[in-house]
Amino acid sequence: MTCTNNTQDTCIIVGASHGGVNLAFALRKDGYTGKIKLVDADSNLPYHRPPLSKTHLVSEQPAGQLLKPIEGYEKAQIELTLGVSVIDVNRQYKKITLSDGSVQSYTNLVLATGATPIIPPIAGLKEAKNVFTIRTADDAKAITTAFNACEFKRVVVIGGGYVGLETAASLRKCGAKVTVLERESRLLARVTAPYMSDYFYGLHQENGVSVFNDKNVSEIRTSDNENSVVCSDGSEYLADIIIVGVGVRVNTVLAEQADLIIENGIVVNEYNQTCDKNIFAIGDCCAQFNPHYQRWIRLESVQNAVDQAKVAAAVICEKPPKYNPVPWFWSDQYAVKLQMVGLSQGYDNIITRKESDKPGSFSVWYFKGEELLAVDAVNHAKAYVLGTKFINSHVEMNKHKLMDNTVSLTADIVKKIA
Amino acid sequence: MAKITFITQDNIPVTVEGESGSVMALAVDNNIAGIDGDCGGVCSCATCHVHVAKDQFSLVGEASEIEKDMLELDDSTDDYSRLCCQIDITDELDGLVLTVAG
Repeated sequence: MTCTNNTQDTCIIVGASHGGVNLAFALRKDGYTGKIKLVDADSNLPYHRPPLSKTHLVSEQPAGQLLKPIEGYEKAQIELTLGVSVIDVNRQYKKITLSDGSVQSYTNLVLATGATPIIPPIAGLKEAKNVFTIRTADDAKAITTAFNACEFKRVVVIGGGYVGLETAASLRKCGAKVTVLERESRLLARVTAPYMSDYFYGLHQENGVSVFNDKNVSEIRTSDNENSVVCSDGSEYLADIIIVGVGVRVNTVLAEQADLIIENGIVVNEYNQTCDKNIFAIGDCCAQFNPHYQRWIRLESVQNAVDQAKVAAAVICEKPPKYNPVPWFWSDQYAVKLQMVGLSQGYDNIITRKESDKPGSFSVWYFKGEELLAVDAVNHAKAYVLGTKFINSHVEMNKHKLMDNTVSLTADIVKKIA
Repeated sequence: MAKITFITQDNIPVTVEGESGSVMALAVDNNIAGIDGDCGGVCSCATCHVHVAKDQFSLVGEASEIEKDMLELDDSTDDYSRLCCQIDITDELDGLVLTVAG
């Protein structure tokens, strides 16, 4: 494998999560011979994030399933600088300054800075006890510690998005009394059809989680050992632990300071280059024009971070990049496996298909006119796989056949014959 | 304890030893090229596709329905394909040969 870079080059990657770590290894795979430095403020060896709200809260296994073993970095000669943050970027001299005072030069800089959970401006939230977000391994560890230490195990989750719901399911499995408070009139309102919202509402209720929509949390009152979460309609919920899952803000401080263009994320071209061609941005922190959906989007997903990492690595090594523009996601709650492909925003008609021979398996197909935009598949990987193929290929579907659950789902059956 | 051989996309055999956990985790720990395991091992990403040696397929057994469906994402899938995050390491797997899907 050849790469046009030389050994004098240095690639510094800010952020050692799914994007940053995959980029470092992809550079080596593509033949990069220069120095590779990975920097992250998180002092833990880089780990998988999705399990933090899923399996880690319920298993004996401590939070932090490693992305790569430590020997992997040594073998690939990837220098890890953990527990240190980057505080300054000097584009003119191509140097960065770290929080430990050291200054390092780069040939290429990659911002894989991710996002940070939002702490909403709720009165008393900062002073409340046992308030957690869930984004890092330390967050997951802190939740587990607090959970084991508290007597009544009453948990209030503020925000009914995926992270909130996964956390609710995991803590419920551990025996918590969980209440989810959602501000909108339905769960997952921003990302799914009402059918899916209703399904997850029912699923959590069945599993003993109290879910309330239209709840605007206005205040947290804290006494000796418990919090009371107060909503604007006057209702109150007692909580030993409060989980805040109301979304994230993009970490753009460095990019702003470096005067890069930012618009709902660090703006990058199809090669993941910012307006400075030596500085790249990948993952949750960047906004890119999506050729499939023909609009600018910013994605929060493992798949996007990994794919963009491979694109940036290829570009740095002057190889042709390959990017899959149709995103996919997954969520595990209780025994339910949800797989999603595509982006449903802008849909004007949907088809819901329940599998007659598989109770508990169904899929929601989002269309704009005849074009399939996205599929949400519950316990039905086949629908997810077929959806992926139809979205990618732009092949039209026969909606009548798709609706007919007396015939099993196969590509031939649901393909529209011209 | 089981010795498992991965034949990489560059046709290089790499033999590694594992005691427990999934075959995907073993591959990632040993930096086997072509086994990514992006989803962490929950059968959601299909980035740990291997072809099992034909005469050893009974050792690992058939894929579950979800796994079979996920394998359809990959054009190179054949009758001996598995997603190795769904294969747990046991002593019985000693000597197993897996070819990393291209």
